[in-house]
Amino acid sequence: MKHFTALFKQLDQSTKTNDKVAALVQYFNLATNEDKLWTIALLSHRRPRRNVKTTLLRMWAAEESGLPLWLLEDAYYVVGDLAETLSLVLPKSESKNDYSLSYWINYLRVMNDLDDEEKKIRVLTAWHELNTYERFIFNKLITGGFRVGVSQKLMIKALAQHANIEENVIAHRLMGDWSPDDISFQKLIHETHPDDDISKPYPFYLAYALEETPETLGDLQDWQIERKWDGIRGQIIIRKGEVFVWSRGEELMTDRFPEYHPLAQILPDGTVIDGEILPYKDGQPLSFNVLQTRIGRKTLTKKVLEQAPVVLIAYDLIEWQGKDVRQLPLSTRRTLLHEMIKQFDTQGIILLSEIIEAPDWEVLKNIKEDSRAFQSEGLMIKRKNSPYKSGRKRGDWWKWKVAPLTIDAVMIYAQRGAGRRANLFTDFTFGVWEGDQLVPFTKAYSGLTDKEFNEITAWVRQNTIERFGPVRSVRPTHVFEIGFEGIQASPRHKSGVALRFPRILRWRKDKPIQEANTLEDLQEMLQHYQNI
Amino acid sequence: MPILEFKTKGLYCPQADVYIDPWRPVQRALITHGHADHSRWGHEHYLCTHAAKPVIQYRLGQAINIQSVAFGESVTINGVKFSFHPAGHIIGSAQIRMEYKGEVCVVSGDYKTQEDGLTESFEIVKCHTFVTESTFGLPIYQWEEQAKVARDINEWWLKNQKEGKISLIGGYALGKAQRILMCLDPSIGQIFTHGAVENVNEVLRHQGVRLPKTTRVTMQQKKADFTGGIVIATPSALQTTWGRKFGEVSTAIASGWMSLRGARRRRSVDRGFVLSDHADWEGLNKVISATGAEQVFVTHGYTNIFKKWLNGQGISAEEVKTEYEGELSEINESTLEEVEQE
Repeated sequence: MKHFTALFKQLDQSTKTNDKVAALVQYFNLATNEDKLWTIALLSHRRPRRNVKTTLLRMWAAEESGLPLWLLEDAYYVVGDLAETLSLVLPKSESKNDYSLSYWINYLRVMNDLDDEEKKIRVLTAWHELNTYERFIFNKLITGGFRVGVSQKLMIKALAQHANIEENVIAHRLMGDWSPDDISFQKLIHETHPDDDISKPYPFYLAYALEETPETLGDLQDWQIERKWDGIRGQIIIRKGEVFVWSRGEELMTDRFPEYHPLAQILPDGTVIDGEILPYKDGQPLSFNVLQTRIGRKTLTKKVLEQAPVVLIAYDLIEWQGKDVRQLPLSTRRTLLHEMIKQFDTQGIILLSEIIEAPDWEVLKNIKEDSRAFQSEGLMIKRKNSPYKSGRKRGDWWKWKVAPLTIDAVMIYAQRGAGRRANLFTDFTFGVWEGDQLVPFTKAYSGLTDKEFNEITAWVRQNTIERFGPVRSVRPTHVFEIGFEGIQASPRHKSGVALRFPRILRWRKDKPIQEANTLEDLQEMLQHYQNI
Repeated sequence: MPILEFKTKGLYCPQADVYIDPWRPVQRALITHGHADHSRWGHEHYLCTHAAKPVIQYRLGQAINIQSVAFGESVTINGVKFSFHPAGHIIGSAQIRMEYKGEVCVVSGDYKTQEDGLTESFEIVKCHTFVTESTFGLPIYQWEEQAKVARDINEWWLKNQKEGKISLIGGYALGKAQRILMCLDPSIGQIFTHGAVENVNEVLRHQGVRLPKTTRVTMQQKKADFTGGIVIATPSALQTTWGRKFGEVSTAIASGWMSLRGARRRRSVDRGFVLSDHADWEGLNKVISATGAEQVFVTHGYTNIFKKWLNGQGISAEEVKTEYEGELSEINESTLEEVEQE
C-alpha cells in the first residue's frame, strides 16, 4: 500500500493541477494493472462494498485506544472525517509490510462472509500492521469518499498521458456502469472501440455576468435575448446512430437521461445541440430541486422518471450535417436550429429556446425582473453575429440575472464544517421571528470571507448555549442578510418553506436582532413567488 | 477567599491583588510569556521571568513598567508567595506558582512537554489547583518526535532545491520560527528570515540565545540571491505580496493544527508540518496527573470536551472562559491583530 499511500499523500499535499497530474501519471506508469484499475475506481467514487459497519469501527477504535466512545465521537466532529479520526486516535504504530492496494481491497472483500468477531480480528490486525497514514487509507477503503481534489477530468488527463490515448476517448471508455469486479484495466482502457471519438463534445461557450447597465451594450437590435434557465447546461451529440449527453462540467451523462435516447433515431447523424437540461412537466419548467432528486441516483426508477422528467431547451446548434458550424453567426445558427426542430419531430424532447422581443432595454429590464414567475433566473443576452467561442469569454454573451430575494435573519445554530473547513464554524442555521420566538428556516454555508469565518468561529466558541452533538445553539446576537433564488412550500420544514440556493450576502453588524424579518414576511414571499 | 478567581479581566489572586495574563488593563500583571494573547498592552506593572522580559519589552515598548525574576525565585506579595517555573512553551515561558497558607495553585499559561533543544525544559510543579490550557486537548493530537519532523522539513527543503524552488515556511515569529530554525540543516543552503522573525531573533541573540546564522529578507535582495534557500516567515506573510518576491516557491506551515487534513487544505499550503509549542493529548494528561492537583481548571482550547474527559478520569475539572488563543494565528484564525512589522 506504500505506493498508493504515497500517491494519495502527493495528491493531498499539492494544490497545483499540474503536480497532481504528474503524480498520477508517475503512479500509473509504475503500478500493476490491478492496482491501476482500483485507483481509477476509487478516484471516480466506486468503492468496494462496505462489509464493516462504521459503528463497529468506532467501537473497536475506542476500545483499542482506551477512550470512551463519546470522546471519539466528539473528536470526529472536529476532524470532519471518520477514517481520519480513527487513524489519529489509535495508538501509533509502524508500517510492518507492503502489500498492494489490491491486496487490501481483497482483504476487505472476503470479510463479507465473516461474523463481527472475525471481522474485528481482521480490522485490528490491519491497524497494527499499518502506520497512521496507511491506516487512514485502509479506513477510507471501508468508509469510502476519496476526496482529494482529483476531478474526473484530471484523472482522465493523467490516464490519457499514461496510456497515450486521447482524453475524450478515455472519458468515453470510463463512462457507464463498470465495476472493477468484472472488468480488467486492459479491457477498460486499452481495448479499442470503433466509435471511440464519436462522443467528442465541443468546449462550452460560457457567458460572464453583466455588471454594467445594459444600455452600455448599445442597440438592442444587435442582440438576441433568451431566458436563462435553471437546469444543467448540456450538449447533446448524435453521431453514427448514437446519442451522447455531456454536462457543462464535461461529464458524460448519457445514462442519466434516458429521455434523450430516442433522439438517436429522430435526428440525423452529425448533429450537436447546446441547451439546458430542464425538469419540465405539463408545459411548465419545474424547480431545480426536482432535477436534483434524480441526478445523484445510479438507477432511475419509473417513479423518478415520472416525477422529474426532463426536456432539452435548445439554445444553439454547433454541429450540423457533420460539420462544425461554430464560426457561423449566431443568427444563422439559430435559423438552422429552428428549421431542424421544425423538420424533425422530436416528440417534445427538444424545445426551442424562446426569443424575447422588447422595444428597448427599459422594457427588457421589467421582463427580466419578472423572471421568477417563469422559474427562470434572468435573461441571456447574445450578440446576433457572434461565433460560438470556447470557454468563458467577455464581449458577445452576457448573463443578466435577476437580483436574489433577500431576508434578514438571526443566527441561532452553528456547526463545524467538514473537509477543508473542519474545526471552523461555517455552517449556520438562521431563524426569523414568530412572536418572540425565532423559527429556524434555512441553513447557509457560504458567503462570508475567511476573516469573517474566523471572527464568527471565535464568537461561537465564547457564546455557545447548548451543544447537540456537532451542533451548538448560540445566543441570538447576529443578523445576516440571506440571499436566495426561489422559495417553495415545504411541509418537511418547521417554517413551512424551503429556499433555493440560500447563501449569506452580508453580515448586518448594524442591525439589532429585533429588526430581523418575521415568519409572516417569509410567508408573504411564498405567496408571491412560489410556482406550483 | 479562594487563592485564584476568574474575573472578566483575567485570572485574579484577590489576596495579592494581582492578575495573571489579564486580557484587560490592570494595575499589576504577572505574565507567563510574551505571546500577544497572554502579554497585552496597558497594564501598570508587569512581572515575568528574566528570559521572557526582552521580548515583552520589544513587543510592548521600552516604556512599560516591567520587572523580572529568575526561574524558581520567589516573590511575596501581601503574604502570597509567587514563583515562576519553566513551561517549556517558548524561551522564558513560565508556569506561575502561588502559595498562600499552605494552599498551592499553578497557572500554566501555555506549555509543552516535548524537548526542543532551545526552551527551558518543562518542570512538574506539585499543586492543589492546576490551571491548564487545552489547545490540543483531543486524542487526535499526538506529536511526532522533533527529530523526525526536522528530517521531513529538511527533505522537503532539499527536494525544492532540486526543483529550483525556494522553500517558504510559516510559523509564529516568537517561538515557532526559532524552533523551525533549530530543525534546519544549515549545510543544505542559506536560511533567510522575514523581518518580524529576524527582529525576534535579534532580541533572543542579544540575551545570549545561540541561533544558527540567518539572513534578513530586505528590499535590496534579488531573486537570484535566494537560490536554494529557505525562508522562515510569519504565517500571515505567506499569503501577501511579500511572498511573491522569491519567484517559484513551495509553501509550508509548521503547526499542531497540521495534524488534520482539513486544516492543511484550508490553509492551502503545499506542506503542513506537525510542530507545536503546546502539549499534545498525552502531554496534557501526563502533566495533569503528575501535578497531583485535586482541582483542575481548563482554559483555552477544547475546554468542554477535555473537562468532561478529566471528570471521567476521576479528576475534578471545570471549564473557564478566557481570551487566550493557543496556536490560532498559525492557521490565520486568530482574531488578534498581529503586531509584527518588518
